[in-house]
Amino acid sequence: MSVKYSTTPSGTVTGRFSGRASLIIGAILIVALLAAPYVLYPAFVMKALCFALFACAFNLVLGFVGLLSFGHAAFFGAAAYATGYSAKFFGLTPELSILFGGLVGGVFGFVFGWVAIRRQGIYFAMITLALSQMVFFLALQVTGITGGEDGLQGVPRGELFGLISLDEPLVMYYFVVAVFLICFAFIWRVVNSPFGAVLKSIRENEPRAISLGYNVDRFKLIAFTLSAALTGVAGGTKALTVQLASLTDVQWQMSGEVILMTLLGGVGTLVGPAVGATLVVSLENFLATSGLPVTTVIGVIFVVCVLVFRRGIVGEFNAFLGRRKH
Amino acid sequence: MFELIGIPPQALFGQLLLGLINGSFYALLSLGLAVIFGMLNVINFAHGALYMLGAFVAWFLLQYLGLGYWWALVLSPVAVGAVGIVIEKTMLQRLYKLDHLYGLLFTFGLALILEGIFKHFYGVSGQSYTTPDLFKGGTNLGFMFLPYYRGWVVVLSIAVCAATWYAIEKTRLGSYLRAATENPRLVQSFGINVPVMITLTYGFGVALAGLAGVMAAPIYSVNPLMGSNLIIVVFAVVVIGGMGSIFGAVVSGYLLGLLEGLTKVFMPEAANIVVFVIMVVVLLLRPAGLFGRER
Amino acid sequence: MFKKALLAGVAASALITGTAMAEGLSGDKVVVGVLTDLSGVYADIAGKGSIAAAEMAVADYGGTVLGKPIEILSADHQNKPDIASTIAREWIDAQGADVIVDLVTSSVGLAVQGIGGEKGVVTINSGAATVRLTQKECTATGFHWIYDTYSLAHVTSPAVIAEGGDSWYIITADYAFGHSLEADAASVIAEKGATLVGTVRHPFPSADLSSYLLQAQASGAKVIGFANAGQDTINSVKQASEFGIVAGGQKLVALLAFLSDIHSIGLELGQGLNVTTGFYWNMDDETRAFAERFNEKVGRMPTMVQASVYSSTLHYLKAVEAAGTDDGATVAAKMKEMPVKDAVVHDGTIAANGRMIHDMYLMEVKKPEESTGEWDVYKLVRTVPGAEAFQDPKESGCALVE
Repeated sequence: MSVKYSTTPSGTVTGRFSGRASLIIGAILIVALLAAPYVLYPAFVMKALCFALFACAFNLVLGFVGLLSFGHAAFFGAAAYATGYSAKFFGLTPELSILFGGLVGGVFGFVFGWVAIRRQGIYFAMITLALSQMVFFLALQVTGITGGEDGLQGVPRGELFGLISLDEPLVMYYFVVAVFLICFAFIWRVVNSPFGAVLKSIRENEPRAISLGYNVDRFKLIAFTLSAALTGVAGGTKALTVQLASLTDVQWQMSGEVILMTLLGGVGTLVGPAVGATLVVSLENFLATSGLPVTTVIGVIFVVCVLVFRRGIVGEFNAFLGRRKH
Repeated sequence: MFELIGIPPQALFGQLLLGLINGSFYALLSLGLAVIFGMLNVINFAHGALYMLGAFVAWFLLQYLGLGYWWALVLSPVAVGAVGIVIEKTMLQRLYKLDHLYGLLFTFGLALILEGIFKHFYGVSGQSYTTPDLFKGGTNLGFMFLPYYRGWVVVLSIAVCAATWYAIEKTRLGSYLRAATENPRLVQSFGINVPVMITLTYGFGVALAGLAGVMAAPIYSVNPLMGSNLIIVVFAVVVIGGMGSIFGAVVSGYLLGLLEGLTKVFMPEAANIVVFVIMVVVLLLRPAGLFGRER
Repeated sequence: MFKKALLAGVAASALITGTAMAEGLSGDKVVVGVLTDLSGVYADIAGKGSIAAAEMAVADYGGTVLGKPIEILSADHQNKPDIASTIAREWIDAQGADVIVDLVTSSVGLAVQGIGGEKGVVTINSGAATVRLTQKECTATGFHWIYDTYSLAHVTSPAVIAEGGDSWYIITADYAFGHSLEADAASVIAEKGATLVGTVRHPFPSADLSSYLLQAQASGAKVIGFANAGQDTINSVKQASEFGIVAGGQKLVALLAFLSDIHSIGLELGQGLNVTTGFYWNMDDETRAFAERFNEKVGRMPTMVQASVYSSTLHYLKAVEAAGTDDGATVAAKMKEMPVKDAVVHDGTIAANGRMIHDMYLMEVKKPEESTGEWDVYKLVRTVPGAEAFQDPKESGCALVE
């Protein structure tokens, strides 16, 4: 979002405390991650991690470039199919099939970006939405690869580097944790690099970035492609974790879901999207057995977030730390 | 009788006419979106849900009050418009100061809520709403059988679109509206109550969606999900027409209906994608849309 | 490591139950999981009604089996197979689920049947249509109950052809379900010496089908078959009536339509439509008694999927009683030995690939003046014996069939 926040100057999402707060939360999270399978159901935590990575990758363009993509489901889903298919039919090892998924996500991202990047704001959102809808229809019709509405079932987890079997739940769990942490570190590195600084300057004041001589569209396109590739890694990892890829992954509602995760956790904060994703995934699991109407509840959370809780959980936390400091 | 790429001309006329009928819905919905976008700078994601609401209100009127189609045609848009006004007054209004994308996200959440509520109480298999007696049956045009009701849909849709266009482009009220879009402060300083105007515009825009819903009720089954897939196509229509351009929204609505109609004959598998393909092509050639201008 | 210890414990307990297999229930109770769609497009054909049907089955069985309580879990998979598989795994691993029923929609059905097969837990599909469940992807503990795509095509087409409908035009939803229905119907049509004049594939979902209907109308075929489902079928039938297709003398056949779909279309527009079903409430005293009780509980008459959940749950419980255990493989083998007999399915058998084989019915939607009530919508055209309706298990390609 080209977040200008002119009305709430103190509420700038990447305030000067976010670094420290993120570090604290990050440390807690890593410890929690290592201990989680002993407390929580590992299959669930793995799924939450995949979506956390998805949301963090998505936040790279929403939070740090200010582009709202309504089409990230296309990258997530296409990569899930690519990883699943390559693992099942080409016999690729898990790390290679996930990389392949990332590649496919990146290629789709590049194409989407190439078409959409010249437009901003709402236009950008609607164009990416329309493009992802095309990918959905393709997925529905290319049943040879996707299995149509049956989904691509029975994806094997395979053997890491051809050596370590991932069928053991705990091994798979730490593999997913490793994928998540590597990608997360990469995102952190990008955001805090000179490249990231240019991105943020585009978000804050695009005309100024242009006048400083930056080829803004190219920066945006690179960031968008990166985000799509990371989304692809998330989608691929999910395909191996749940052992299937389906139309759900590529449906436009999935794009809405990742926006909700990011918004709930905190747009433009580093760990916020991960927190938001964990919450949304837990919520969906909880709602499944609660008898409450799922869509309505998700909608209400969405509306509440937009109306009164725009900084998200981590954003509010940062702001709280900020207030205490003053 | 000559054939055009394997399709007899009668069939082609038939399909074009059907395309025009579908285009009537696209045009009405994209018109509402364009009116709202022009004034509020908000893309109303809840438009599909409000279209569904319009159809349901028509069904409620028949089911619980015994009021038929003609009543629904008037009352249902009014009811949907009123809902819109309440939403704008209580919630949407707070978001104008922020980035426009928050408006999009808010209305997205709203759409989920509306759909969720109706799914919860009325199920998903849909309610049936019969065609009004006046339009039962149809006539054979020689190249196809045209149900009277579909003819009525085209006529009504063109009339409403034309009237709206006229009201905005040619009347004094319309000129206030257009001026307020360009420079709200200046218009406010002339003593015109801009916030009220914005509220009413939103109400009017969603009322158009409600009207489209009533018109759709006898053709499609009235069900909570009827708007959710339609809305994305209509988004693409608005982008193709050029956002904010009333004329563009209406014309591209009909045009895309026609094009989609043709695709259904020549390449039925692609009928759902054709609108998006055209959108991509248009964006590459004319980034602001067919009738839009760069802002 | 705690986890290792836990796994070892599970393995050990499996050994113990293995040795003492014949007797006893895991967790001292039988846990029935109803995994269904409460919020999406299948909520009316399955959904709350499926949960109610499972509850009725448990209550009718007396609430206990082998003297131990029967517990019901239920969840809304939201049509997302990854949510469904997470829930299924959690139910099996943490809550001791012994059987999972309903499983509407094919992506969910296939995913959960796979998990059940891996973990040795019985899964009974009622909602999903795909015949793949009992073909290559069959499992020793997986069952498919009331219908599948194969039976839909193989009941409807021959029966309609026998009634004189010897030229067909098929309107197909362009996805795997539609393709498989179309292919099955086409092969039956060819086999019976009828002609397939043409087919057209429409995108899924499509609100406006008039364009395809006009193509079908122009083809002059005697029968127009709809190889689609849900809203697409509802809109197809409504719009066919609008465009005077029925009045023009062409016969409409919905290869898959549920009672709730017909209820939504209404008799006015739906009259004369041919539909295949595995259950209809108004058949005999037994079905009527079951349906009335269901109606009291849910407020609607049961669809064939909901009725199937009742029948399959009941059959499972009977098999547990007979086997004296809730061990998945043992119960599954028992289920296949026992005939299926209850208020819903009067005379069914289960093949080695898990396919429940029973009579299917070709129905015709009544005219409004023939109907005596809101749900009185069908009249029976023809009963098709299970052996004709369902695929010969030997041809299914399932490895479990010798």
